[in-house]
Amino acid sequence: MNTASLTAHELMDRIKIGGITPARIVDDVLARAQAVNPGTHAFIRFADKITAGEGACPLPIAIKDNICVNGSLTTCASKILEGFRPPYDAEVVARIKAAGGVILGSANMDEFAFGSSCETSVYGPSHNPWDLKRVPGGSSGGSAAAVAAGQAVWALGSDTGGSIRQPAAFCGVVGLKPTYGRVSRYGLIAFGSSLDQIGPITKDVRDGALLLNIIAGFDPKDSTSVNAPVPDYTRALGRDVKGLRIGIPREYFIPGIQPEVLAAVRAAIDVFKAQGAQIVDIALPHTAYAVATYYIVATAEASSNLARFDGVEYGLRAFPAVPRKGKLIDMYEETRAQGFGAEAKRRIMLGTYVLSSGYYDAYYLRAQKVRTLIKQDFEKAFGACDVILSPTTPTTAFRIGEKMNDPVAMYLSDIFTIPANMAGIPAISIPCGFDGAKLPVGLQLMAGPFAEETLLAAAYAYEQAAPWHQARASL
Amino acid sequence: MITAETVNYISSLARLHLEGPEAVKLAGDLEAILHYAAKLNALDVASVTPTSHVLNVENVFRDDVPAPGLTPEQAFSFAIESQDNAYKVPRIIE
Repeated sequence: MNTASLTAHELMDRIKIGGITPARIVDDVLARAQAVNPGTHAFIRFADKITAGEGACPLPIAIKDNICVNGSLTTCASKILEGFRPPYDAEVVARIKAAGGVILGSANMDEFAFGSSCETSVYGPSHNPWDLKRVPGGSSGGSAAAVAAGQAVWALGSDTGGSIRQPAAFCGVVGLKPTYGRVSRYGLIAFGSSLDQIGPITKDVRDGALLLNIIAGFDPKDSTSVNAPVPDYTRALGRDVKGLRIGIPREYFIPGIQPEVLAAVRAAIDVFKAQGAQIVDIALPHTAYAVATYYIVATAEASSNLARFDGVEYGLRAFPAVPRKGKLIDMYEETRAQGFGAEAKRRIMLGTYVLSSGYYDAYYLRAQKVRTLIKQDFEKAFGACDVILSPTTPTTAFRIGEKMNDPVAMYLSDIFTIPANMAGIPAISIPCGFDGAKLPVGLQLMAGPFAEETLLAAAYAYEQAAPWHQARASL
Repeated sequence: MITAETVNYISSLARLHLEGPEAVKLAGDLEAILHYAAKLNALDVASVTPTSHVLNVENVFRDDVPAPGLTPEQAFSFAIESQDNAYKVPRIIE
């Protein structure tokens, strides 16, 4: 038995019948994680102390490096947070620990989650387990690569514009972005506060439901977390999709999509059809404006959130060799100059620009209005369908270095994932095939606010009929 | 047009020191991104209400019940420099 290739629910079944102990699982998965990490660089560090857990779900997990773990280095893959050890657990981490979960270490990411390839990490890029010369996607690339390579049973990522779903698609695993407010953001180092959501990256849909069961729920420490009951999401699995209305947004099937991605997604539509789902043609007319809207709203929020990193309290503090403006201002400006990487600087500058006097109305306010139009597109669409189906990404994983010098091209790789964040709705990426280079293709499903059960039921029905998720990268 | 002057102004608002070539590259990058963002001007949004938040929640309060938080020792355990339970920074008035 190869422990590292098993899903969480398979491992739990084996624990129950006495086939394996939690301690053995931790040993096996950690050994695998350490053995292949020089190739994938999915983990940027392993936890100082790793011991077997006790509880309802004592399985090893990878945590994205922007989620606080009490006493453990948490750096957002940025130099500006070097040495930072939060004195508290993020709410999701507290819930995982309460269930007996074992934190293996910190998963690599784009610096402050700014990126779609994991290449902006100050620790260097992660590599796609299906082809080490390619990116695992981002920003939760380390989390997705760790799950795909068997370096963790499952992982947590965060998704502001597709940062869970896009790497899940590139790595051939399942990535779920819950409804905004479903999961507490307490202890998630903020990027775009109106968009960020933590979610599971897993080997199959059942694991996604299991991990969501653990992390979802109201948290008084996050005033945007919603005080609504949390169902047992696994109970939605196995629900019939006969009669389920699946919307196909014509704006998501555009020139420029890799033909093999298109073919795999078309085949997935046929799988749903064969199961009796009703396929509905829908329109999301403002889709073409989503990326531009996102890069104004998200960078504006990011520039505000990142103002706190100024050398005063924690992380890096630096001074210029030659004084410029006075010691305190010099400290702020030099700490940020040395501490942030190129993409972080780009987004801070863009966000500051669109919020600055004279440009606020033209850019930020206008983008917030277009956000309303994008949200209304979904409200209308969900009158005609229950689930929306699309590719997760226009292409499969690209080569390391390919898009680093063209920010707009990099931003466009999130074209299909950004709208769900703008509208706050839940969305999932599941494996739906491979291209000619044996790189995974991701299928995205989106549902209305708090309709995670519908989403998971549809994803599970597809996965059972088309078990692409069972393929494992050979490393 | 994003000029060197604009970059300087924005970088001082952002408290971000930029060196020469870095500032030039950023000017070009911002120009390209804002050029792309200009497509939003094609939409008539005069009568549209802006969305700052997707949930219809406002003024979330909780009961004012005292509960233990971080101790000063915990809070300052990761401070760059602290003294008497305060963060220590360079002199503000020089």
